[in-house]
Amino acid sequence: MKLHGVHVPHRKTTADCAPVRMPVPAVVTVPMSMNIGAPAKPVVKAGDTVKVGQLIAEAGGFVSAPIHSGVSGKVKKLDQILGSNGRYDTAIVIETDGEQQEYEGLTPPAVNDLDSFVEAVRNCGAVGLGGAGFPTAVKLKVKPEQVDAIVINGAECEPYITSDTRTMLDDAQSIAEGAALLQKYYSASRIIMAIEDNKPQCIQKLKEAGKDVPGFEVAALPAIYPQGGEKVIIFNTTGKIVPEGKLPIDVGVLVINCTTLAVIAKYMKTGMPLVEKVVTVDGSAVAKPQNIIVPVGTSMKDVLDFCGLKTEPRKVLYGGPMMGIAVPDLGAPVMKNTNAVLAFAQADAGEPVTTDCIRCGRCAAHCPLKLMPASFETAYRNNEPETLKALKVNLCMECGCCSYVCPAKRPLVQVNKLSKAMLNQYNAQQKAQEEKKKAKAEEKKEARVNG
Amino acid sequence: MAKNLTVSVSPHLHAEITTQTIMRDVLLAMLPAVVASVVFFGPRALLVEAVCVAVAILCEWAFEKICKRPVTVSDLSAAVTGLLLALNLPVGIPLWQAAFGSFVAIVLVKQMFGGIGYNFANPAITARVIMLVAFSGTMTSWVVPNFVDAVSSSTVVDAVSSATPLAILKQGGEGLPTLLEMFLGARGGSLGETSCLALLLGGIYLIARKVITWHTPVAFIGTVVVLTALLGQQPLYQMMAGGLFIGAFFMATDYTTSPPTPAGKLIFGFGCGLITVAIRVWGNYPEGVSFSILLMNILNPYICMWTQPKPLGGVKE
Repeated sequence: MKLHGVHVPHRKTTADCAPVRMPVPAVVTVPMSMNIGAPAKPVVKAGDTVKVGQLIAEAGGFVSAPIHSGVSGKVKKLDQILGSNGRYDTAIVIETDGEQQEYEGLTPPAVNDLDSFVEAVRNCGAVGLGGAGFPTAVKLKVKPEQVDAIVINGAECEPYITSDTRTMLDDAQSIAEGAALLQKYYSASRIIMAIEDNKPQCIQKLKEAGKDVPGFEVAALPAIYPQGGEKVIIFNTTGKIVPEGKLPIDVGVLVINCTTLAVIAKYMKTGMPLVEKVVTVDGSAVAKPQNIIVPVGTSMKDVLDFCGLKTEPRKVLYGGPMMGIAVPDLGAPVMKNTNAVLAFAQADAGEPVTTDCIRCGRCAAHCPLKLMPASFETAYRNNEPETLKALKVNLCMECGCCSYVCPAKRPLVQVNKLSKAMLNQYNAQQKAQEEKKKAKAEEKKEARVNG
Repeated sequence: MAKNLTVSVSPHLHAEITTQTIMRDVLLAMLPAVVASVVFFGPRALLVEAVCVAVAILCEWAFEKICKRPVTVSDLSAAVTGLLLALNLPVGIPLWQAAFGSFVAIVLVKQMFGGIGYNFANPAITARVIMLVAFSGTMTSWVVPNFVDAVSSSTVVDAVSSATPLAILKQGGEGLPTLLEMFLGARGGSLGETSCLALLLGGIYLIARKVITWHTPVAFIGTVVVLTALLGQQPLYQMMAGGLFIGAFFMATDYTTSPPTPAGKLIFGFGCGLITVAIRVWGNYPEGVSFSILLMNILNPYICMWTQPKPLGGVKE
């Protein structure tokens, strides 16, 4: 069996641009919600001085990650900003001093067993850098016997983005060291470095770098979007299907992004946590597309000022064009899980003209998870949560293949998001009703006993 | 700088294909058949085609104007329906009847059910079947195509009317055109159905452009060939006669009225082939392609239900 997908234009014009360090911006704004799960809790207050690598916010719960400063300077204030998910979020605003002094307390963590390894990953603030932002330590908190295969995700399948590509080209050694660490603590039978076959140089580098790691192999996968999707890459490398409502570890697989792994490996050696990012800056409005290294919290405005604009941007994205999030203003900061800032001119910013669905079936034929987006749309418009449930809209990963191929340009991903919300609300109502019924039955029973 | 940023839901990139480019491709794919119709049946073929297309577009525009719906003429689907209908009519059809056919296709079959994507039966096929019942005389008067005398002497020479190969087969097979004549299109029949060569060119173009897949035509034509061979019915003639090629490539592949999945398309094509052969061999009508597609259109929702893809990792509750 082969999973479906779409051939998107690659547009990886920045693949040959080794990352350039951008001058430290005057101000950084570090949001507390840079991971899936609970936001981090600030441990600094206005007026505090901070240095590079210093803890500025601690994990806000089990599924959370601590945050460290990427700059040296003075905390100006704790602010409320509008996050990319549409919710307000606390952010630590730091005025930089340009010195970039390292925090004195940075020492490589003492790691001698699995628990201390996971603890170190947690302390380094690592989250899924492929874009999802899931706290890595939570993912790694599993028993070695649960892990059958580890997949290192280097399938950077979104158009434009080359930040993972650069990690693989410039820092293959760190990825290999990370793989060796994972092998040491989980002793998986296979460690699969998954790279799309449109990146032959990366494949070459990783084959070379990983040759001494036991169980390490490089899998060259076809460059079909969304090859890097978690469920897709698990299926294409191990043949395993993650069942509905389960996690990859339930089928014995750990998936970790290649840059995340490199960050962890470097932290183990230097003690420098995740404080800066390689970000691909590209798009039709950008004068000089390139990869840049910036401290977490750098605003998109600073990033675009540095790279220059050819024309006024009309649409600016966090991430790639298939799954990226459009921002309402350029004050939005680069986050841990930001791998690209794309700015588009008017011509690429408009929404396509839609027609009625012509039932061509392209959406279903290209869905990697074999779902039927056109039927979701009908069910959603008819307000039928039961149908949405039967059609499994909850499995949709919003990769965008359906909207991409739709000749009628139906807003299928948008409807899928709305459909999921409708289904969640319906499920909650059902649950509440059931509980009510149960409580009533209990009451009756009690009344009978007492009577 | 940077006021008025567009905020929209992903994806922010779309394939270039649109409803209009698909319909344009279908029109282009019908071009060889249009040329063949003029070559074999003279300039009146072009007149019939022009009338059908013009009336189809006019009806769509007028209906949408009257109903205050957005006008969708520019998606070219009405033009496709009009041309497809014309290619299924004999060259001698009175023009008012051709116009009536376009009206039935667009207004009764397509727009009354909600327009593009909502009709349950193929508009051109349904209109043709209605015309066959309403105007059975003119709908079955076939003229001898051009070049027939020159190409071969095996055809019955009759300046006014001719029988279609299927009718000839039904009457015992005396005076059948040669296989080459059949393939090129020099035989009695509807305007666009006679030239297998032209239809094959169009069909291959549609498959190459990924407008249709091979499943429906191969299953449809394959079923007819295999079944007629088993029944001792001259399978090569059966394959090239009647409206099998135009039906298999252009009508049974209609998105709205046929299944979207490969498995569904194979079932759909097989069913069309089965009904076609049953009508041709045991029915009163010499030809059954239109009826077969119409009947399978009705079964389409069930085929879709049976062949629904299973979500990856979906758990039954």
